[in-house]
Amino acid sequence: MSTDLVRPRESVKPETIPEEEYMFSGHAACPGCGGALAMRHALKALGEKTIVVIPASCWSIIAGAFPSNALQVPLMHTAFATGGAAAAGISAALQMQGDTETTVLTWAGDGGTFDIGIQALSGAAERNEDFIYACYDNEAYMNTGIQRSSATPWGAWTTTTPVSKFKQEPKKDIVGIMVAHRIPYAATASVAYLEDLVYKFRKAKSIRGTKFIHILAPCPPGWKSEPSQSIKIARLAVQSKVFPLYEVEKGEKYTVNVWPEKPRPVREYLQLQGRFRHLSAVDLETIQHNVDCAWEELVKKAKESGTC
Amino acid sequence: MERVIMGNHAASYGAQLARAQVIAAYPITPQTQIIEMLSEFCADGRLNAKFITVESEHSAMAATIGAATAGARTFTATSSHGLALMHEMLHWAAGARLPIVMAEVNRAMGPGWSIWTDQNDSLSQRDTGWMQVYCESNQEVLDSVIQGYKIAETVLLPLMIVIDAFVLSHTSEAVDIPDIATVDRFLPPRKAQYKLDVTTPHAFGGLVTPSHYMEMRYKMQKAMEEALGVMEDVDREFQQIFGRSYGLLEEYRMDDAEVVLVTSGTITSTAREVIDSLREEGQRIGLLKMRVFRPFPTERARNALACAQKIAVIDRNISFGQGGIFAQEVRSALYDAGTRTPLFNFIVGLGGRDVTPTSLRNIATFIFEHETPPEDIIWWEVNK
Repeated sequence: MSTDLVRPRESVKPETIPEEEYMFSGHAACPGCGGALAMRHALKALGEKTIVVIPASCWSIIAGAFPSNALQVPLMHTAFATGGAAAAGISAALQMQGDTETTVLTWAGDGGTFDIGIQALSGAAERNEDFIYACYDNEAYMNTGIQRSSATPWGAWTTTTPVSKFKQEPKKDIVGIMVAHRIPYAATASVAYLEDLVYKFRKAKSIRGTKFIHILAPCPPGWKSEPSQSIKIARLAVQSKVFPLYEVEKGEKYTVNVWPEKPRPVREYLQLQGRFRHLSAVDLETIQHNVDCAWEELVKKAKESGTC
Repeated sequence: MERVIMGNHAASYGAQLARAQVIAAYPITPQTQIIEMLSEFCADGRLNAKFITVESEHSAMAATIGAATAGARTFTATSSHGLALMHEMLHWAAGARLPIVMAEVNRAMGPGWSIWTDQNDSLSQRDTGWMQVYCESNQEVLDSVIQGYKIAETVLLPLMIVIDAFVLSHTSEAVDIPDIATVDRFLPPRKAQYKLDVTTPHAFGGLVTPSHYMEMRYKMQKAMEEALGVMEDVDREFQQIFGRSYGLLEEYRMDDAEVVLVTSGTITSTAREVIDSLREEGQRIGLLKMRVFRPFPTERARNALACAQKIAVIDRNISFGQGGIFAQEVRSALYDAGTRTPLFNFIVGLGGRDVTPTSLRNIATFIFEHETPPEDIIWWEVNK
């Protein structure tokens, strides 16, 4: 399948965030939910010709209980492991109906993406199904009450990684996994950088094939943080290089979208979250070291791609 | 056009003639030929459909559900462990009221690994909300797929065509493959009342509180009840156009029958021969072929068995801790008849063990010799 731009009329770089709303304010998210803010802006970028697929996740609740519905575009809820497969079916049906304009967006949490749904996601990506798969990553099973997922970072407390034996494994490199599928577009995004997020969804919409967008979505109840601090925390994640904003085209061309001008120590990001409160000075050094190494790796790839 | 084809390919032709638009499937023995042939049809243009080569049966059903929710006519096929892997999505397809049609080749569940036939795979899905039609011949497979869409799209429940592994799936028979223009007259394109449509946005499958959930389940049961009549209507209309009909069940040589064998699937064909020869010998024995298992044709079964003095239900399946599943269902149907007809439950042919004319003849002899069942479950031709 060609990965050429198919909707060249639309500008992918907005000067401002679109004013149109495709999500009602009366949703059921917690205060300070990154996942709700991310959806609102993803839909602003994609517009009304969008069909959303939501596998089991916080968003199964946020969207509202029957007969309420928080979205103004068609929405199909589906079972936990099926975000990739259900979207592939919808995309196929649209093709059979001659609809080449509607965007299919799967909107999954980290459990549905990194863990139980990774098989269907990998299958869809390998077949280069025409859809956008967005993972709003709050770094644990938050809907069931904060259990660790493979997206939970090293050192974090969750109800299944108690303080006495906090998460011992590093976070799975989901973008790396998707890039290894050689999909036409993979990117990270943040609710603290909404212009960048909107740009990436628009760009993804303009490309045929499988697009993957990984969004860090702060979760006050799960991260033990103040709802009012969600944007600040998300911004610190980028500025401390914990969660760099970058995109990868055709599995090889890396571009870093946000270069922290004055990088902040990881400690500043972690200390706003109760889930890391138990960590020692040595633990913090370990995390800082790992973050620095990962950032250098990323910069190296961007240099090799000739984008910096 | 009459052609000699395998049971699997009869299912493929059925999906092609029904103009399935999206097919998502994963290979599993002994079903694979169904989807291989459909892949060919899609590749060479004999079928204008999108074929999604998913990475698992769970995804096959999920993709089929996605396509059906977007308004497409959909098809898939599976067997045994593939069907078991789909289990979660079978509930989803029925709960979402999607008219998906699936061919399911009856294969025994492991361990130990078996590729041969028995019904425990499909009967384990009894309570998912799928209609189930057990086929005896390749012609019936093809015809049931075409009928299946019309039934499913009327009552808005998914439908499973069940085919015995190898005995039917890989056996070649002469099959009349109808002209597609004639099929078009019988089966117009699917018109979904609600679908994923950006011009009229709806949400599908979301959270439902206790104040609404039960009504949704009530409506599924009502749809199943409605399906009994719809199936007979569709079958009648099919008969008028194609000259063939099958009924919810079939009574064979039941006039004045004192003993009735109750069968399903290909054992029925074997039983017909045995019944014929026993009739020639003057035995008053008949045959009841159970074709539709869900919805269960309770009233039809009760009426068919009203005059029987002894009933023998032949089960190629076992619900561990209870007994044969068709036997339970038949016994349940008879409860309100007010009679206490002795019901013999034979468990036969698990894991593809042959059920021969001799097996069935010996079962008949056994019943002639016993007034009542000596055991609740009569394991037949098994080394205990």
